[in-house]
Amino acid sequence: MATRSSLPRTVAAHAILITWTVIALFPVFVILINSFKSRRAIFAEPLALPTPATFDLVGYTTVLRQGDFLQYFQNSMVVTVASLFFVLLFGAMAAFALSEYRFRGNLLMGLYLALGIMIPIRLGTVAILDLMVSAGLVNTLAALILVYTAQGLPLAVFILSEFMRTVSDDLKNAGRIDGLSEYRIFFTLVLPLVRPAMATVAVFTMIPIWNDLWFPLILAPAETTKTITLGSQVFIGQFVTNWNAVLAALSLAILPVLILYLIFSRQLIRGITAGAVK
Amino acid sequence: MPARRPVRWHIAVFLAPAVLVYTAIMIVPLFGTLNLALYNREGDARVFVGLANFATLFGDPRWSASFWNALGNNAWFFLIHMLVQNPIGILLAALLSSPRLRMAAFYRTAIFIPTILSFVIVGFVWKLILSPIWGIAPGMLGAVSLKGLFAPWLGQEGAALTTLALVSVWQFVGIPMMLIYAALLSIPDEVMEAAEMDGITGWSRFRRIQLPLILPSIGIISILTFVGNFNAFDLIYVAQGALAGPNFATDILGTFLYRTFFGFQLQLGDPHMGAAIATAMFLIILAGVCLYLFGIQTRLRRYQF
Repeated sequence: MATRSSLPRTVAAHAILITWTVIALFPVFVILINSFKSRRAIFAEPLALPTPATFDLVGYTTVLRQGDFLQYFQNSMVVTVASLFFVLLFGAMAAFALSEYRFRGNLLMGLYLALGIMIPIRLGTVAILDLMVSAGLVNTLAALILVYTAQGLPLAVFILSEFMRTVSDDLKNAGRIDGLSEYRIFFTLVLPLVRPAMATVAVFTMIPIWNDLWFPLILAPAETTKTITLGSQVFIGQFVTNWNAVLAALSLAILPVLILYLIFSRQLIRGITAGAVK
Repeated sequence: MPARRPVRWHIAVFLAPAVLVYTAIMIVPLFGTLNLALYNREGDARVFVGLANFATLFGDPRWSASFWNALGNNAWFFLIHMLVQNPIGILLAALLSSPRLRMAAFYRTAIFIPTILSFVIVGFVWKLILSPIWGIAPGMLGAVSLKGLFAPWLGQEGAALTTLALVSVWQFVGIPMMLIYAALLSIPDEVMEAAEMDGITGWSRFRRIQLPLILPSIGIISILTFVGNFNAFDLIYVAQGALAGPNFATDILGTFLYRTFFGFQLQLGDPHMGAAIATAMFLIILAGVCLYLFGIQTRLRRYQF
């Protein structure tokens, strides 16, 4: 009975999803195909795939001669992964405290931590720079990790405490009756149950960190600490009329995060489904 | 006498790392900046002027015209996200979560890809596509013989802001999609099966069973959209520059703040007026979030499974 009515519905669902997938991927596709073409072919046939006649790697050779993209990529990885780790650990701990225990100042503490969702941390840039100068952290990746951890925490606490409220009290109380400490309850009972929320928070925290231009420019602009976003922005600024080089640089900036995301999305899907099945 | 309840140290241990990092790196510098709004520069000295900067911002026609223009543009930017981005996100999530859908993982992965791209890339690629010179957009409209519909949207005062808002929707629709998707998956199968037993399927199942259960998540994405839009800056900046052209038609609070704070072209930066604008933005966002927290969130029903 269900299959009879669901065929047209399935077709419609696929049609909508395919349409939006094409819209989503089209611009990325345009950059990637044109980065492999000669200058003339980019202008003559922007939508054509590279053919043997128009294939040209001149953009990539220019980019690789000019910039240290491997170093930039490594810096971005270190900053993103370290910040993500601290945001998830500290954020989940604080969210658990806020959603699980009733104590004086609970609501106030929740509002205090939520304040950071509303205000862009960039407003405090001048004071942050002063702080990093006096701590001797300018042009280190540690400065970026500290800033991004602070930036990511409010949203992480907000979303995670929202999800932790739905974890059943019976389960936690059963753990308490079995003599588990509050720390064990948090790490072994609650954390596994909020994994889908953790994966969601991870993705939302990772993206702005990876793509940020502002703090790398101000706190760590040195050649050895440049992130990939800053590196490619500087490169685009220098080569603005050299379209081959710009398109190649954009492709190189897209590919690492794309690969990272494709690896990560497996975890994300596993996390989401594991949570849903329970 | 019963002993008083012992101090629950674990609460402090759970809270301490987050609160310390957050306070030192975020709150203290932020209030340092907001404090700047109460001062001004006279000669070389910094003097306390109270609310005089705000009187200038709202009273001086040169400042207030820019401010209201930016605020109006920002409201339109937000409205487009609420009316286009979030419904599309919910629709995509609802389609993706339908059981036995093939290739769901592929769609979900692909649709989220624009969200992971940096503004540097997004601004540049859409400028290329919409450019009347390089012309992928006019060429494609020409292929379906609608070339007359093309206009250099990013250069037109009437269309530039809407165009950029739609580019932003294109980039960020993955976020509501993922949040709603996770919420839909967390609905237990028994509930869905019970609905199916009662003959509730398709649209009515979505409206009567799933929608009430994902309302808290819709609340979260609404407030996240609001906050994100009123903090927005990067896309306008990379696509139209700090001047938010044409003729300030795409100026939003973020670009207005940036121009004022850091200066542009021949105008020097004014950290004190910049801080005043930042304070105004802060109050606007605070008002919106309070409205959500006290007016809406407390009325949402939560279900424990």
